[in-house]
Amino acid sequence: MAYAPQTLLDKIWRRHEVSPESAATPAVLYIDLHLIHEVTSPQAFALLRERALRVRRPERTLATMDHSTPTLTAQVFGGAPIAIESAARQVRELEANCAHFDVELLGLTHGERGIVHVIGPELGLTQPGKTIVCGDSHTSTHGALGALAFGIGTTEVAHVLATQCLLQRKPRALAVNVTGALAAGVTAKDLILAIIGELGVSGGTGHVIEYRGETIRALDMEERMTVCNMSIEAGARAGMIAPDETTFAYLAGRPRAPQGAEWERALQAWRALPTDADASFEREASIDAGAVEPMITYGTNPGMVVPIGANIPQRPGDEIFGRALAYMGLTPGEPIRDQPVNVVFLGSCTNARLSDLRSAARVLRGRHIAPGLKMLVVPGSQQVKRAAEAEGLDRVFLDAGAEWRESGCSMCLGMNGDVVGRGEYAVSTSNRNFEGRQGTGARTLLASPLTAAASAVRGRVTDPRELI
Amino acid sequence: MQPFTALVSRTVVLPGANIDTDQIIPARFLTTTTRAGLGEHLFADWRYDASGAALAEFALNGEPARGCRILVAGRNFGCGSSREHAPWALLDYGFRAVISTEIADIFRSNALKNGLLPVVVDEATSRWLIAHPGVEVRLDVAARTLTLPSGAAVGFPLEPFAQHCLLEGVDELGFLLARSAEIEAYERRS
Repeated sequence: MAYAPQTLLDKIWRRHEVSPESAATPAVLYIDLHLIHEVTSPQAFALLRERALRVRRPERTLATMDHSTPTLTAQVFGGAPIAIESAARQVRELEANCAHFDVELLGLTHGERGIVHVIGPELGLTQPGKTIVCGDSHTSTHGALGALAFGIGTTEVAHVLATQCLLQRKPRALAVNVTGALAAGVTAKDLILAIIGELGVSGGTGHVIEYRGETIRALDMEERMTVCNMSIEAGARAGMIAPDETTFAYLAGRPRAPQGAEWERALQAWRALPTDADASFEREASIDAGAVEPMITYGTNPGMVVPIGANIPQRPGDEIFGRALAYMGLTPGEPIRDQPVNVVFLGSCTNARLSDLRSAARVLRGRHIAPGLKMLVVPGSQQVKRAAEAEGLDRVFLDAGAEWRESGCSMCLGMNGDVVGRGEYAVSTSNRNFEGRQGTGARTLLASPLTAAASAVRGRVTDPRELI
Repeated sequence: MQPFTALVSRTVVLPGANIDTDQIIPARFLTTTTRAGLGEHLFADWRYDASGAALAEFALNGEPARGCRILVAGRNFGCGSSREHAPWALLDYGFRAVISTEIADIFRSNALKNGLLPVVVDEATSRWLIAHPGVEVRLDVAARTLTLPSGAAVGFPLEPFAQHCLLEGVDELGFLLARSAEIEAYERRS
């Protein structure tokens, strides 16, 4: 067969085909790593029980708890009962299911517990070339290490548990080429918000995005995770970045990364993964990172985003737009800057890694949050929490008047009782500003950790470049 | 799964674009360990006021919506999270199909696995359906057509394997389990 140039997606896909797709049937795709959590797994285990099935390869599944779990220390470590009884039941059910089906669980009090998309890379489980799935749409995060990683529903969770495979049609490949240097005060979060603004919230539907170009190469691993994390907000099930020396340096020595001779073998395989120079994509888009400013959302989806100094757009006659702005209580044509803020949330699988906490602490050090404002800092994992405490970041946040919590998804989706009040404005480092996402009637403005911290200090939407 | 060959129903219309899974079923209702009873919380924040009373102006609360099994919605329906609770809630409420010009990937995949038919139509058809809530239409899975009250039939795409599963009531897990020899062979060679 003649040599055909391949994309990163092509290479990973082909290596995981148990059987290729045909006109009549999708491919049977082998899954290397399956991450599960307490919210989208119970009904999958129930399906296994109903059909008297086993977990085919328990060692390829790792369970943790993050979505509905408390972030208050007493509730996590047993000093107080979990306030939401149905959430407590999910925790108990995952414990029972993992014990019954012999799946490893990083449970509520485990030192390596955390948001599923933070701990995969942190433990070195997320690796280039792997297929990774999880019952959560932000599984796209793991693509930052050159994996093909995507979110699945609960029925598919059961498929993977029972067969280690999924039935999938190959998605199309979309190259997003990013050139130019990010300016001071402009972060990976601003970059991905600008990309989503450009592509639109369904621009990536049916595609896997490969982020490419000098700007992407210059990002560190945690920044790359922030970018890939929000691929789904452009409609793309997965986002990926070719592995390079930055990736290998990040993985080297992590507890579940290959070691010794295995590491050398793995490196050799990983170096062959990047897209061939002459490979083609079904679609391409280009972004000039040099022109990106700190970005903030003003509406009810992540595509409704502007540079922080810009005015909210006007779209007379667009009823849907008008409805979104009415929900937000914001006026088209007005600046978003200086909008009063009630809550600031620093957390989520998008922006709760150590570098994110450092970035916010840079603004908050020696300052205090505005009177009456509530700020919640929720590290992405227990390991991130300990690392932050080791360098005194917890003191910076506490001295500034913020709350310092145990890890979890927390206020990103408000399942665990960490919610924004009705009508309140939250500047949030998370990934979704949908109506009610952070609590019924809550109004979310998505931004970077720098912008969130600056807005916490002033009590209104603030360009972080004024404070750094 | 029950075979799904055809469906005749009146429509209920939610014209908004980008109706996300947090609207379909807000996250606070996901602290459940079963798939039963989610229909009660379908579109909860649009359907009920702060006291839990049904909002008369919301389309699903109107008398004409009663018994409708087809939801017509604006562009990019089901965007957002991977929660399968979204199609479970729609099915539990009584819907069997959703019509839009664009349906998000994960939602579409989840819908098909539960026998909720995702129907993507062209702009003009969508505009007409949105402007005429409550019309009776027919969906034919074998022919992949939507028949409008005028008698005009509009085609819609349906992946052949998903179509086969719907028509025959086949579930994918059974199909995958039957491939275990191939899966074993893959595991041996990789």
